[in-house]
Amino acid sequence: MTETYDTIVIGAGMSGLAAGIRLAMYDQRVLVLDRHSLWGGLNSFYKQKGHRFDVGLHALTNFVPKGAKGSRPLSRILRQLRLPYEALKLGEQKGSRVSFPGVSLRWTNDFQVLRADIADKFPAAIDGFDRLVRDIEPYPDLVEGASQRSARAGLLEYLGDPLLVDMLLLPLLYYGSPTPHDVEWTSFVILFKSLYEEGFARPEGGVRTILDLLRNRYRELGGTLKMNSGVARILHGVRGVEGVVLDDGTEVRARTVLSSAGYVETLRLCEAAVAATVSSNDVGALSFVEFLSVLDQPPSALGHDDTIVFFNTEERLVYASPAEDSVDLRSGVICCPDNYAAATPPEAPLFRLTLLASHARWTAFDDAAYRAEKLRVHAAALDVAARFTFDPRPHTTYVDGFTPRTIQKFTGHLGGAVYGSPNKQLSGRTPVPGLYLCGTDQGYLGIVGAMLSGIAMANQHALQPA
Amino acid sequence: MTKDEVKEAVKDIIATIAPDEDLEVLDHGKLLRDQIELDSMDFLDIVMELRKRYGVQVPEEDYKELASLNSCAEYLFPKMASLELKLLNA
Repeated sequence: MTETYDTIVIGAGMSGLAAGIRLAMYDQRVLVLDRHSLWGGLNSFYKQKGHRFDVGLHALTNFVPKGAKGSRPLSRILRQLRLPYEALKLGEQKGSRVSFPGVSLRWTNDFQVLRADIADKFPAAIDGFDRLVRDIEPYPDLVEGASQRSARAGLLEYLGDPLLVDMLLLPLLYYGSPTPHDVEWTSFVILFKSLYEEGFARPEGGVRTILDLLRNRYRELGGTLKMNSGVARILHGVRGVEGVVLDDGTEVRARTVLSSAGYVETLRLCEAAVAATVSSNDVGALSFVEFLSVLDQPPSALGHDDTIVFFNTEERLVYASPAEDSVDLRSGVICCPDNYAAATPPEAPLFRLTLLASHARWTAFDDAAYRAEKLRVHAAALDVAARFTFDPRPHTTYVDGFTPRTIQKFTGHLGGAVYGSPNKQLSGRTPVPGLYLCGTDQGYLGIVGAMLSGIAMANQHALQPA
Repeated sequence: MTKDEVKEAVKDIIATIAPDEDLEVLDHGKLLRDQIELDSMDFLDIVMELRKRYGVQVPEEDYKELASLNSCAEYLFPKMASLELKLLNA
């Protein structure tokens, strides 16, 4: 007999689980499906040689202290999912930095630290910076439509200094832009508030803490979660979506399907006429490599107290898929999870290094060449990173790395595109009635954004009776 | 349920949705959203909880009737008069 649900959610990541919770909370029969054996999607975890690693989560952005006034994204998701603030066990960053040749800017979760550093190092731009902060204050956290306005052009108007524009953009682009060199203005505003005005925190225990909370809440509410259950096809007829067919041929029926698989990825699961509405131009081009070095002592014991360092070795920032090499060694991000406040420190001290990478090159290597390239890039990347932090190699006991090839394999995102398609579908709607998008390609950013996306799409499209 | 009990029912729902807010100080005649942090997602949840706990349907065009505790009581009383009050946060 064919199983029938009210709603099927494709993908057990942050957005899919959050959507599942909302629907199960109001007594829907919900099925969350994931092709992978582990939940989490782009923010997941894995174990290797006894070490536990997080994927994705450098930081939970959008940090607000408990009881903060105003309806902020973090407080919204906690309310909507009925989770107490304490359950996230958040520890605040010690402080982060963006470093360009000869100048760096520091920030903490107290916005005045960044403002003061800009006033000190870019005195001519501080009035423009204050005006920017005032002007974006009333922007909503949930946007209905994207503008075509460029953040780069907008920022230059306010600040008048291309170096400061690049410095402020680097962290924002690395933590959320699906488009090369720039980001659309409303996304910029969301990123600016979530990274600089609100700031970074880490759940004690890493991404698992949040994922366990979501999964447990979902199950408590009676939701069904099936791992190792990839969706091969989305079934739809003239009136709209009817269900899905799993990789093993099983059919499951539902009147609503929410998909976090991605815009292109989802529509390609539909009939040919729908699949033809997307093209390779809709596939995101930005992917990354990350190296995780396990250290024999915490970075602070080696004199490094920064939580996250965003670096650029040249005057100007280039944020794009590398054209000439498998990675771009000119910029990157270094995250030390030990440099968040925590009652219990992470299991083992860690040094994480992230660089822009070319999906085309990493997927063209055969296995031997792939392993050799990982070794070569690891050495070259740490040479660069050491200039901005410290050289972790003498203190490293174990290294693992992942590439665009790994990302595509485990998340199903075409092109290994961490921030998905450049064409966001903010309404969540697709050409198929009853089939909606949530997650990265719906358009809200970061871990908090992903959960907000699942909540908002579930509320708008699946919760209210037709 | 009396009109006062309808207000208690709504307050109990708000206590579930927004556990950090102090509901004892609410002025029944004033807009809820002017007194505590409630956004459109929270108002949706008031409607969803009314349906889940009491089987009461509030169509979208009537959401505005839930703006204050007094208006909630006026609007919901005819729908809830025959029902028992259920408090989850008492």
